[in-house]
Amino acid sequence: MRLVDVAQFATGSLRGSPARTLLMMLAMSIGVAAVVVLTALGEGARRYVVDQFSSLGTNLVIVLPGRTETAGIGPGMLLGQIPREISLDDAEALLRSRAVKRIAPLTVGSAMLSRDALNREVVVLGSTSDLLAVRHMSIGLGKFLPLGDIHESASVCVLGNQMKRELFGNTQAVGQWVRLGDRRFRVIGVLAAQGESMGMRTDELVIVPVASAHQLFNTSGLFRILIEANSRDVIEQAKHDAEQIMFQRHSGERDVTVITQDAVLATFDRILTALTMAVGGIAAISLAVAGVLIMNVMLIAVAQRVKEIGLLKALGAPGGQIRTLFFAEAALLSGIGCVVGLILGYAGSFIIGQIYPSLPVSPPWWAVLAACATALGTGILFSVWPARRAARLDPVAALAGR
Amino acid sequence: MITLSQVSRSFTVGDQQVAALRGIDLNIAAGDYVSVMGPSGSGKSTLLNLIGLLDRPSSGTYKLDGGDVTALDDVQQARVRSEKIGFVFQSFHLVPRLTAAMNIELPMILAGIAPEERRERVAKLVENYGLKDRADHRPDQLSGGQRQRVAIARATSMHPAVLLADEPTGNLDQTTGREVMALLEQLVEQNVALILVTHDPVIGGRAHRQIHMVDGQIISETGRST
Repeated sequence: MRLVDVAQFATGSLRGSPARTLLMMLAMSIGVAAVVVLTALGEGARRYVVDQFSSLGTNLVIVLPGRTETAGIGPGMLLGQIPREISLDDAEALLRSRAVKRIAPLTVGSAMLSRDALNREVVVLGSTSDLLAVRHMSIGLGKFLPLGDIHESASVCVLGNQMKRELFGNTQAVGQWVRLGDRRFRVIGVLAAQGESMGMRTDELVIVPVASAHQLFNTSGLFRILIEANSRDVIEQAKHDAEQIMFQRHSGERDVTVITQDAVLATFDRILTALTMAVGGIAAISLAVAGVLIMNVMLIAVAQRVKEIGLLKALGAPGGQIRTLFFAEAALLSGIGCVVGLILGYAGSFIIGQIYPSLPVSPPWWAVLAACATALGTGILFSVWPARRAARLDPVAALAGR
Repeated sequence: MITLSQVSRSFTVGDQQVAALRGIDLNIAAGDYVSVMGPSGSGKSTLLNLIGLLDRPSSGTYKLDGGDVTALDDVQQARVRSEKIGFVFQSFHLVPRLTAAMNIELPMILAGIAPEERRERVAKLVENYGLKDRADHRPDQLSGGQRQRVAIARATSMHPAVLLADEPTGNLDQTTGREVMALLEQLVEQNVALILVTHDPVIGGRAHRQIHMVDGQIISETGRST
């Protein structure tokens, strides 16, 4: 018997009982769709977190003042000492490492921002021109902070997008003067709208040169140093170098903490991938249930079509051929069910994506493959018994309908 | 062509052995027209099933075209059925979801004959059996006579050497029954061996050879072998 004919015959008998076929296909497609949608959600959550991290910058190493240790209380704490601050010179020294591409020192404080009668409290970020590249920000209008000596203050500022709108509306902002605390700054640029990333709204920031920020807040220490490593491969090297340099500069005391973005990210990545697989696995159980349903209905079909099977035998079909015909039916059924399920699943993912636009919902390829393989596998596996039963029918009894 | 020697068939019913056929000896040549008659339970249908390779004898040998077919396995027997034997049943046994033409095509599909040749043969059979305007109808849209003509067309589509008919007129009225018999007898003229099981002495009487069976044995045989 030709393959085309097998397919045609199987299609014919599936069409012969549309209600039965439809129900089985529905069971199969719901199973597949469940796997697709649930893994898409899990994968979406994972990618959301990864995206958030990478929007902070790539190959980031972060230096924080103070050291978090689990080894109890250090002697300094008992004496009421606070950890030594990180100075601007420390930041500059980090550039000695060959693994470091650029650095951006950060000072944070809050001050009253005012222009004429308008004023509001803002978060002020003191940094250098490299912050733009390190932190993956983009400038909307004008320029970012000027290049130059890190110790030199300048009365210039860059406004976050929302700050600009609140103070200037639609009028020209670049070149205008604003008051920040007790000092006057000239606006030299406006950041492009970026929204929120990892809890910090860049749209509501005011950025000034780090030396100016130190004067404004009357401090000399840094809140963070952001280091961008040359490549992904040298992140560990950069971290090690940063620790060494700080160790030497702080007279042999390990009083800073150096973390890498990658380490945090990798943990999240692992947790969320495991979660996605677990959810997908639970959905796959529904596929197995669909398989049992197919077996059940196939057994009924064999019983209903006993006479037809007897006839096929009388017409010269060996047992193997009858088995093939029933297999083909099951394969076709789960195949179509799988395709319908994929369509449903992708449609569902699309709708979820529309409802939660910030979630990058898309089913991972491995889940789609696994869902299809499981659907076809269970469909065929669970038709083994019915097909064998059909193939083994005694033709005389079958023709008589017994 | 067909040689049965000392063929017996017994069934186990509960813990009792029931003999359906006892020591049958029978020779049938190509182009023979044989009717098998006898009361219910005399073993007529069992004999037909054995000849059609739907059943295996408990003892004895069955030679078809010189070869012992009882020794063949299921797959080989299926091929012999496909190539040499055609069945016509009392209740037609058409596949309800397939059209008349597709029912006729079925044995050729199972045998893996090329689609072009299948179409040709179906067209010819539909023409020969006067089913031209009924070819696309499903069995439930056909009359009894038409259904049996479809069944005969199907049985002959693989050009069998033997045609086995079990009460082919049992579900038909007299007129259509006679038409169907005429079609079957035409095949005899084309050198097909026709073996006919029937209750009806009038129809059985038309055969060239008549075999009477009682209790699984052939009690009398009249007529001649061609």
